[in-house]
Amino acid sequence: MKLAAERVDWTVHGHKLLDDVSLAVEAGETFGLIGPNGSGKTTLLRVLAGLRRPKSGRVLVDGLPMTRMRQRDIARSISFVEQQAETLDRIEVREAVALGRTPFLSPLRSWSDQDDAIVSRALDDVGMRHLAGRLWHTLSGGERQRVHIARALAQQPSILLLDEPTNHLDIRHQLSILQLVRQLPVTVVIALHDLNQAMDCDRIGVMDAGRLVDIGTPRRVLTADRLQRTFGVHADILDDPQDDRRILRFRHAL
Amino acid sequence: MNSAIALGSPARFRWRWTWLTPLILLIAVMAGTAIGETSIPLETILKVLANRLWGAGYAVDRIDAGIIWSYRLSRAILAACCGAGLALAGVVLQALLRNPLADPFLMGISAGASTGAVAVTITGIGAGAMTLSLGAFAGAGLAFGLVVLLAHAASSGTGGGRGTQAAGAIILAGIAGSQLFNALTAFIIAKSASAEQARGIMFWLMGNLSGVRWDDVLLGLPVALGGLLICLWHRRALDAFTFGADSAASMGIAVRSVRGILITAMALVTAVMVSKVGAIGFVGLVIPHAMRFLVGSRHTRLVPASALAGAVFLIGSDILSRILVPGQALPIGVVTSLIGAPAFAMILVRGTKIR
Repeated sequence: MKLAAERVDWTVHGHKLLDDVSLAVEAGETFGLIGPNGSGKTTLLRVLAGLRRPKSGRVLVDGLPMTRMRQRDIARSISFVEQQAETLDRIEVREAVALGRTPFLSPLRSWSDQDDAIVSRALDDVGMRHLAGRLWHTLSGGERQRVHIARALAQQPSILLLDEPTNHLDIRHQLSILQLVRQLPVTVVIALHDLNQAMDCDRIGVMDAGRLVDIGTPRRVLTADRLQRTFGVHADILDDPQDDRRILRFRHAL
Repeated sequence: MNSAIALGSPARFRWRWTWLTPLILLIAVMAGTAIGETSIPLETILKVLANRLWGAGYAVDRIDAGIIWSYRLSRAILAACCGAGLALAGVVLQALLRNPLADPFLMGISAGASTGAVAVTITGIGAGAMTLSLGAFAGAGLAFGLVVLLAHAASSGTGGGRGTQAAGAIILAGIAGSQLFNALTAFIIAKSASAEQARGIMFWLMGNLSGVRWDDVLLGLPVALGGLLICLWHRRALDAFTFGADSAASMGIAVRSVRGILITAMALVTAVMVSKVGAIGFVGLVIPHAMRFLVGSRHTRLVPASALAGAVFLIGSDILSRILVPGQALPIGVVTSLIGAPAFAMILVRGTKIR
């Protein structure tokens, strides 16, 4: 599924958090969103997820304006992993993942074996099957994050939006989650802090003070000049002789 | 472990114990009818019921028959409705506000409903059962709006609506709201009521089931059942709020309309119950928490379990209020608060972390 934003604005208390943002993410593409803290990545993801209605401009899902879709229909196409979502409920891992089936259930259409199978697969995908019976408050930050991702996968989305999903994870789980996300046959928009990880996206967009200042392949966008202007760091760009991959080596803040 | 958990998944467990529900409720209502200043044997009760419902024509003492049919049975049924309604209001408020301390009594909704009901009684607008409930509903809505606005303003700096700080904010806002509406109630009474009226109202405010008749059941029963149906209908939406409103929206819940429907429904349920029996405290707080420990936090089970436990709890409290001090009926609110306040303290100390 394609996901597009057209000239989207978003303002809170007179502060413009999104300023005339337009982008089009192609079906099956993995699109990275990068930018310094407070540049509007999260806000943009929320607008794309249909959680916030843009003050002006519009969001299109496969060409259909989101304002014409019911929340339920949006949720059947798009799932969203927030940066931090906590609960005080005594809830088991499996129950939390089962929430992802919500848009497909109704008061009269109850839980089925198929739903069970989907939840189990989602747990397998993030390697959390063995913790299915654990209570939420006994999980570590990384485990919680993986549960949220499993919950989003249980929604069987065509478009998956992730807000810095690797934040709390150790390096092994960071890599496995990113690998999983890349393998999924869905459209992905992922906000990332680690710019080296952003190198693996098909395309990336750079946010700066609410504006989308550049879009393109990682090699074209992530230049020393861009890192200096937007991120305020001095970096060298190296090529790994083994597989010709680009590596950013950050020297110092400006 | 995997397959076991798969079998015991949230929805599968649902029907196993359901058959117990009407049984427990029936036993509680029977107990509520049998126990009192004069205790009545079960046999007599069944005979009176048979006479009334099928015209069986058993010979029973007319006074016993009168007590059972006109006083105790209607009273026990309304107590069950109130308990179920207030417990459901607690479940819904805790789920939607993401706050373990949300409760119609603590949040001042009951106080607002009292003010509304007293205002209607004293000014005598219409003075029918319906207008009394409508007045209570207006008061409840006003109080709820005020308390939520206040809590939101107080916690907006801390991310509004989440975590323990917000939990504290809602309690503080609830105190402010309760004080305000209790003061308004006192003001209305002092200004307009006769001494006789004032005494009656004060007794009613503490929670009192002694005046209950079948007319009251006729309004209370459909309201409680309606509230239960609305909660069951929205059980998955209530679940979806587990990780907050945004998360619920991302799972396809139309947050605004669902919130609107559920909170209006629960304010209405609270208002009707308060207009019938006065402000009874802590049911909405204690019952849902106790039930979460027994059946978990998923609303497919929590909603019916809380309704049932609330009903049984209030019938039990009503029985206690009648027999605790011989020869004198305590207000039922005193009994529920005596049980509820320590439980509230316990939740406050260790429960805000883990529900």
